[in-house]
Amino acid sequence: MNWFKYSSPQAFYPLAGKLIPWFAAAALGLMGVGLYLGFFVAPTDFQQGESYRIIFVHVPAAWMSMFLYVLMALWAGLGLGLHARASFMMTQAIAPTGALFTFLALLTGAMWGKPTWGAWWVWDARLTSELILLFQYIGLILLRASIDDVRRADRASAVFALVGVVNVPIIYFSVKWWNTLHQGASVSMTASPKMATTMVTAMLVMTLGFWMYSIAVTLARMRCVIVERARQPSWGTQAPAQDVAEVRECSGGV
Amino acid sequence: MQWGSLTEFFAMGGYGLYVWTSFGATALCLVGEVLAVWRRHAAALAQTRAVASGGD
Repeated sequence: MNWFKYSSPQAFYPLAGKLIPWFAAAALGLMGVGLYLGFFVAPTDFQQGESYRIIFVHVPAAWMSMFLYVLMALWAGLGLGLHARASFMMTQAIAPTGALFTFLALLTGAMWGKPTWGAWWVWDARLTSELILLFQYIGLILLRASIDDVRRADRASAVFALVGVVNVPIIYFSVKWWNTLHQGASVSMTASPKMATTMVTAMLVMTLGFWMYSIAVTLARMRCVIVERARQPSWGTQAPAQDVAEVRECSGGV
Repeated sequence: MQWGSLTEFFAMGGYGLYVWTSFGATALCLVGEVLAVWRRHAAALAQTRAVASGGD
């Protein structure tokens, strides 16, 4: 199978269309199992009572906010290095989903902070760096929107995304580097989890579900971007009518 | 399972407001994003079609 074939938007469009239902189904299934484990199998926390169950949506959302940023920056770097149009499109397609998960991580964090610390928000290193991540995502989306020329917008936002990646390790290690109110990592690569196995399992299944969701929605947004850019003159030398015919063919006559 | 009744389940040991706001907001955001992308795709296709038929 020639994978390079799919780096062209025309070939990627129908492939993405075929893959989306599978990732969407996987996302629904995994989130269903994750919620069942989180609410009906995982025991009550002996310190925090039932409020800790927010972890099953808070930690996966926070992880996704960081994963997606790194992934987005990787595509941005690839786009700059290879002058690859499709890579920039991936950067564009990932950003809104990353912003959404960052917002959810902050919101669910506030919902957890209030009963646990007695405050919705504190200017602690973990919370502040995650808030900066949200501003980075929003800045990236606005930067792109503010530049009319697609190729310039692609390169500018790729540089912006790459520079901003420095914040991800800061978020991740913030609970180690500074004294924060935020609790330390519940799960780490080097130590055994500080939680019951069923809790960890529920959290990991929810994370996988969020991953599948992110892939499905990013592929769907890629398809939007492909159609939108097909109208741009920078698409290539083909006549617009031909693009339209291709897009129509790709979308199965929708 | 630790829930004696449905009421107990919704009460979440007194943390119902926080727990259900978290999960509700997440569900709302994900569904909202899916709908937004769906509409964006439909709008993009419609506009492309309009440009093509308008002879632009």
